[in-house]
Amino acid sequence: MRVTRALRKLRGSIHPQYFKGLTSDRNIVEMPLPEKLYLSMAQHLGAPAKPIVAKGDTVTRGQCIAESAGFISVPVHAPVSGKVIDIDTAPTPSGTMAPRVILETDPENTETVTMPPMPDWNERPQEELLKRIAEAGVAGMGGAGFPTHVKLSPPSDKPINTIIINGAECEPYLTADHRLMVEQGKGIADGIRIMCYILNVKTVFVAIEDNKPEAIKTMQDALENLEGIDATVCILPTEYPQGAEKQQIAITTGREVPSGGLPMDVGCVVENVGTVLAIADAIKKGIPLTQRVTTVTGHIVKNPQNVLAPIGTTYADLVSFCGGLTAPAAKVISGGPMMGMAQPSLAIATTKTTSGLVVLEESRVHIYQAMPCIGCGRCLEACPMNLVPAAISYAVEGGDYDRAESLNILDCIECGCCAFVCPSSRPLVQHFKLAKPKIILKRRQAADAKGAK
Amino acid sequence: MDISTIIITAGVIGGIAAICSSALALAAHYFAVEENPQIGELEKMLPGINCGACGYAGCSDYAKAIVTEGEAIDRCAPGGGDVLEALSEATGAAVDAFEKTVARVHCAGDADNAQHRHRYNGIMDCHAAHQLAGGDMTCGYGCLGYGSCARVCPVDAIEIKNNLAIVHPDLCIGCKACIASCPRGIISMVPASQKIHVLCSSKDKGPIAKKACQVACIGCRICVKLDEEAFTMDGFLAIRNYDNDVTNPAVVEKCPGKCIVAVGAALEKGEPTCA
Repeated sequence: MRVTRALRKLRGSIHPQYFKGLTSDRNIVEMPLPEKLYLSMAQHLGAPAKPIVAKGDTVTRGQCIAESAGFISVPVHAPVSGKVIDIDTAPTPSGTMAPRVILETDPENTETVTMPPMPDWNERPQEELLKRIAEAGVAGMGGAGFPTHVKLSPPSDKPINTIIINGAECEPYLTADHRLMVEQGKGIADGIRIMCYILNVKTVFVAIEDNKPEAIKTMQDALENLEGIDATVCILPTEYPQGAEKQQIAITTGREVPSGGLPMDVGCVVENVGTVLAIADAIKKGIPLTQRVTTVTGHIVKNPQNVLAPIGTTYADLVSFCGGLTAPAAKVISGGPMMGMAQPSLAIATTKTTSGLVVLEESRVHIYQAMPCIGCGRCLEACPMNLVPAAISYAVEGGDYDRAESLNILDCIECGCCAFVCPSSRPLVQHFKLAKPKIILKRRQAADAKGAK
Repeated sequence: MDISTIIITAGVIGGIAAICSSALALAAHYFAVEENPQIGELEKMLPGINCGACGYAGCSDYAKAIVTEGEAIDRCAPGGGDVLEALSEATGAAVDAFEKTVARVHCAGDADNAQHRHRYNGIMDCHAAHQLAGGDMTCGYGCLGYGSCARVCPVDAIEIKNNLAIVHPDLCIGCKACIASCPRGIISMVPASQKIHVLCSSKDKGPIAKKACQVACIGCRICVKLDEEAFTMDGFLAIRNYDNDVTNPAVVEKCPGKCIVAVGAALEKGEPTCA
């Protein structure tokens, strides 16, 4: 076990106000079961899961209620025992529409189904463990929700030699990963051992920002005496977007992910600490991913804290469990305030990727009027991906998507630093988020047309 | 200054001009590209606004396609009957009578009529607003009013009035650019001669639709009962069948949702030509 510092400072980056003190010193609290759960079928990246239950069915806790709809997809399990009261279509926290299953909780029924635990995992073939991770519905819990079994099965021409465990948690307000590292260090260490076995890797970095000394300490203790694994706790300076995977690879290992490439191109796999814990639970205990820690925070939340809640709990239930609001909410954000999505109402339910719920009052919400670009270049300095946000946003605004593409808009990680620093309040990252899906769709259509010929 | 300087300068410049112009004349003669003269003729007949309604890059491209590829001559919507007639005369192709179609936004939910469920403070673009949980309106089908259609209209025929897109039928050239630009898909082409329209696209059940908007179709089927030929139902939404004229104008008065609207009536009252 070693402790290192980041190799270099981030390029770009910003220093927002963090407000992590609201929740960072408080233990994770388990929430009592809400009356109803709203389980979205699109909780992960890729094809939405297909429901295999019908209206009126009774389900048991841990039962699979929707199966995976392809390789890049994961199943969904029932977090509680109860009855399916409806299946409809509703917006997900990310703003898209997807089918969802509504469960009515049965508090009497405490039965739980699990998959057979694998205490002897290090004697089983890797394929079996990967299959289990897929069956348990594990998807990246940092925010994007990429199916974990896909990440852990790289193609044979892309050998992996380094695993990076992402505990940076650079988003303001959020402390869910921080508390997990402090309270569940041992479970995370187990998950790391399983990942190392699956990928046959010996080198592990645990990247933590230096504003979490307690987490650094517990992770150091947990990583002591990991047999045959060269583990390093890498202490990163506190700046945003330290938790972005490409940035994290660069400052912990010095490797640069090529434009349009993936971490596996430079031999790395980056996993969030929550995901690592979910892997350990799925393998060692056979428990599918049905609950997660969500930071419920904001200055107007009466009792801000980290809540362990079943997936599918509505934001309204989370807020009322935390004592309700002391003032009317003006904006509700799912995830952190930098990359999270503003929500239309508190009726939306959490998913596997909901790391936080930030409730802001009127005085903290900046209603902006976008002004013309004054050419100051601050967005260039702030962009951690070396892009020219001002020029790309002009191209998108004018509808010239070809030019936006030639300016490498697809390398944008949507961290929001450009919009954060813009003195003209220009919606820079918002433009990129609008244009990127259209450009990707156009590329795919062009590729299909080429394939058809 | 010596007079000879002026003469020499004029001589040199004149000489260069003579050489260059004769070179150009020779090039024009020997390297001339033989083009079917009909292409030029047809191009002159077309409106020349390069709107793209025909599916080609511009009027010149379309004229070329008619002559060389035998493309149908009825694809120029902005040209209307006159252009069609001229093209028919020039090419000898037979055509049906031209019927002018104009774009219509099938929604009447402006800021006063439609309810909003949250405040949107992002980019003023319908696609961006729609991306965020299906838009800021309670109604998941209606016009968002951020003007994506108005920005693509080549002739500025779309006005955003009180958060509602309104196509001015007398300005619309029928190029269909707005149809593709609408993330809600509520703009369609209607015959310009038809004056009675269903201005709602909500497929929600009556009570939900009514709660979201004061001018919503509640699926009561009264219009279908009054005029079976001109109206049909698609679930909880009345659809105007433009193949048939409305024989019973009482549908406008009787519609409890106030979403069946006669355009002519609005004209007489001096209101915008389209609502």
